Amino acid sequence: MDLADVVALVMFLGIIAYAVFAGADFGSGIWDLGAGNAEDGGPTRRLIDHAIGPVWEANHVWLIFVLVFLWTGFPEAFGAIMSTLYVPFSFVALGIIFRGCGFAFRKFADDLNSARLFGVAFALSSLLTPFFLGMIAGAIASGRVPIDGSGNRWTSWIGPTSWVGGLLAVLTCAFLAAVFLAADAERLGHEELTERFRRRAFVTAIICGVAAIGGVAPLLLDAETLADGLLGKGVGFMIVSGASGLASIVLLHKSRLAAARLTAVTAVAAVVGGWGVAQYPWVLVDHATIAEVAGDSATLWGLLISFGVAAVLVLPSLAYLYLLTDKSVLGTEFNKHGQDHESVVVK
Amino acid sequence: MLQLLLFGAAESDLLAARNQMALTLGYHIIIACFGVAFPAMIFVAHRRGIRNDDPVSIELARRWSKVAAVLFAIGAVTGTVLSFEMGLLWPGLMSQYGDVMGLAFALEGISFFIEAIFIGIYLYGWDRIPPRVHSLMLVPIMIAGAAGTFFVLSVNAWMNAPTGFRLEEVVGPSGTVEQSVVDVDPLAAIFNSAVGLQYLHMFLAAYMVVGFCVAGVYATAMLRGRTDRYHRIGLAIPLAFACIAAPIQPAIGHFAGQRLTDEQPVKLAAIEGLAETESRVSAVVGGYFDGERIVGGVELPVPGLASFMATNSFGGELTGLNEVPVEDQPPVNVVRFAFQTMVGIGSALVVLAAWAGFGYWRKRQLPQSVWFLRLLVVAGPAAIVALEAGWITTEVGRQPWVVHGLLRTEDAVTDAEWIWLSLSVIVVVYALVTVGGVRVIRSMTRRWRAGETHLATPYGPSQPLESVDDSPGLVDV
Ligand code: HDD
Ligand code: HEM
Ligand code: HEM
Repeated sequence: MDLADVVALVMFLGIIAYAVFAGADFGSGIWDLGAGNAEDGGPTRRLIDHAIGPVWEANHVWLIFVLVFLWTGFPEAFGAIMSTLYVPFSFVALGIIFRGCGFAFRKFADDLNSARLFGVAFALSSLLTPFFLGMIAGAIASGRVPIDGSGNRWTSWIGPTSWVGGLLAVLTCAFLAAVFLAADAERLGHEELTERFRRRAFVTAIICGVAAIGGVAPLLLDAETLADGLLGKGVGFMIVSGASGLASIVLLHKSRLAAARLTAVTAVAAVVGGWGVAQYPWVLVDHATIAEVAGDSATLWGLLISFGVAAVLVLPSLAYLYLLTDKSVLGTEFNKHGQDHESVVVK
Repeated sequence: MLQLLLFGAAESDLLAARNQMALTLGYHIIIACFGVAFPAMIFVAHRRGIRNDDPVSIELARRWSKVAAVLFAIGAVTGTVLSFEMGLLWPGLMSQYGDVMGLAFALEGISFFIEAIFIGIYLYGWDRIPPRVHSLMLVPIMIAGAAGTFFVLSVNAWMNAPTGFRLEEVVGPSGTVEQSVVDVDPLAAIFNSAVGLQYLHMFLAAYMVVGFCVAGVYATAMLRGRTDRYHRIGLAIPLAFACIAAPIQPAIGHFAGQRLTDEQPVKLAAIEGLAETESRVSAVVGGYFDGERIVGGVELPVPGLASFMATNSFGGELTGLNEVPVEDQPPVNVVRFAFQTMVGIGSALVVLAAWAGFGYWRKRQLPQSVWFLRLLVVAGPAAIVALEAGWITTEVGRQPWVVHGLLRTEDAVTDAEWIWLSLSVIVVVYALVTVGGVRVIRSMTRRWRAGETHLATPYGPSQPLESVDDSPGLVDV
């Protein structure tokens, strides 16, 4: 493994972290979309706010991390990806704006109508953003992004692999979120919500499994290099992912929610990791390898050192944030009826 | 066909790309100022409240932190759009120089991480973390904000003073000779010759913008008769920050200008509107540049003043625009007008700060006159105008280069055909975000005024919605 490979590895760990942590945030938004009308959806939405409020901005930074690693470590590939995939990236950018603002604005909205409007912006973009990100991944993985950035700006991201990517992205987000929300609701002692999200997690897990297996056929036809990798050097990851998925289904069935959280994360991380291993050593599949597009070695060292700094400074802080959130030290208080503490009006 | 229908004539659109970059950056930078400077003001209010056991200060900190929550969210998403745009709009810049300036962006990313983490802890930690520890969560936010600003400014400064690499001619795959970047020294690139002054200047600008804007909000309320302690403290804390920053700002700006004398003389020539290289140049205020001279301006009665400012000598020689071909000259009037706007506002704000400082020194209390408050109300928007004008000076003054002297903007731009469309969408979306943000913040302040201390989120109609009392009642929390 040489220097550029290490940088690529670190970048890919960032992609996995984004898929898992921001994925759960996106998924929460997807469930928010399906939470029902204002009357019925209240408790669900309150739970979602409670769960992702303190963490979503931090989780979102993994995307910045990946982008920066990409353009610094592999500048030419970044230019090519952004040129060819201009359209889906623009949609992702819009989705990110609407999601962040919608979420933050809803929390402080003063009447139901504006809360509803902001809520829809948040929820709808939580669905579309991972979808387009999945399509982008599909375009790269199926070899549709040439290194000179001259790929067709329309057809290159709507091939079969892209649809598989988009669909799987949305489904895994929803799955992760359902598991996380079920565990959160259980910890908060809200039985009805716990049960609701446990059932949803169970069903989504099965759909995810079916979709993943169904996605193999298009990949075999459309993305040969990737499919070879997935069934070759990436097969271990696929097995781990499948086994963790099955374990999640069993654990969810038995209502062992804390454990299901672990297996769910493993399942998703393994799929994403498998994709990375499968397309190694390509950055742009069939067009550019890691070694070919790696930036200057002094910069790569700089990146790795700054990653070391980040690991020392950021990871403990991040762990502290998650710990506080998990212990419900942060966030709005939440009782059985899904009323939050902040509704008390002090005159 | 679809493409043609949707996007009209297919041609690369540099102008649209520039406008989109300028709009999104110009928007982000205002919000970013709040990310940099607001936490420090919240910190002072929070600590003061804890130390003096003063519920008014604590309530200020609590309310400010809720406003900050909304602004941080806008800052985070508009910032993300910028990192996309670096690639979407300027692939030529990123694929050639991405690895030279990338390390600064990476360190900036780390700063954002820390900022976002502690923002989450602070905003959601009210009443749940012990007050002392809770208020300390602002410290990493302040440090990370300052560090993030440094690194992102370092990228911009590098575009003005590119260093830390060598260019080598290589024969490309199609037989053409291309320039290739070798021997990158990322630290030299980060600590380029322009970063120090640009950073200080921007850092102070952030404190001025936020300080005057927040003070202006309370000045408005005081003009409407709400002069209780809550409003007085709410005005004093941010104003103190702004008044310390304001007098230092012109000095830093002056040295930033002196850097141009040697390193970007054409930018300086545009700032001065100087057609030919000359010595003993005097300063001219106003007027416009007709291609040869400034028409209709007022010459300051100190011969050689401009020379003196730029070179420390009244007889100093300044480079004129004529030293470079016309296609290498920036649009003079834009640069010049922006620069004079910035300096004009900057000088006026020094006077305002001096008024506040003098009043405080004489009477141990800020001036109470209506005119002082009225000026404070306009000072915030004026500082924002100066901020934008400053960026226009720097950015337009660098034209036609995106990397000074090395890469022309037209060579860096994307060849995507629909930038006008994406620009239009961005305009609409940012307008929506602004309307939404303003609405939300106004509704927050309205509810606070009506006596609510905890703001409820209306998830459903089951929750009673309080009727909002819009009368300007005095609320001393
Ligand atoms: C004052 C200096 C300043 C300048 C010139 C810029 N920014 Fe910025 N940016 C900030 C100061 C800042 C900040 C104050 O640190 C923000 C605002 C809110 C926040 O949380 O951090 C931020 C947020 C922010 C974020 C979101 C981070 C997050 O998720 O929390 C990104 C990705 C960027 N910026 C990227 C950029 C890029 C690519 C720029 C230029 C091309 C840029 N910023 C100019
Ligand atoms: C780190 C900070 C910044 C970076 C990396 C940056 C980068 C860029 C780039 C790549 C361009 C396009 C190429 C060009 O026209 O030269 C540009 C243009 C521009 N930027 Fe910046 N910029 C930064 C800060 C800002 C800010 C905060 C503003 C605020 C108003 C701003 C205003 C503009 C304007 C007005 C243009 C258009 C100039 C023209 O084409 O005439 N910039 N910037
Ligand atoms: C009153 C005296 C001031 C002087 C002499 C001055 C001078 C300058 C100069 C020469 C530049 C260009 C630097 C370059 O291109 O490298 C600049 C840029 C800038 N100015 Fe000012 N300025 C003053 C006040 C202000 C004020 C009051 C603000 C905002 C509140 C401000 C905000 C900026 C910004 C944001 C930039 C661009 C980024 C940077 O260089 O940091 N300036 N200024």
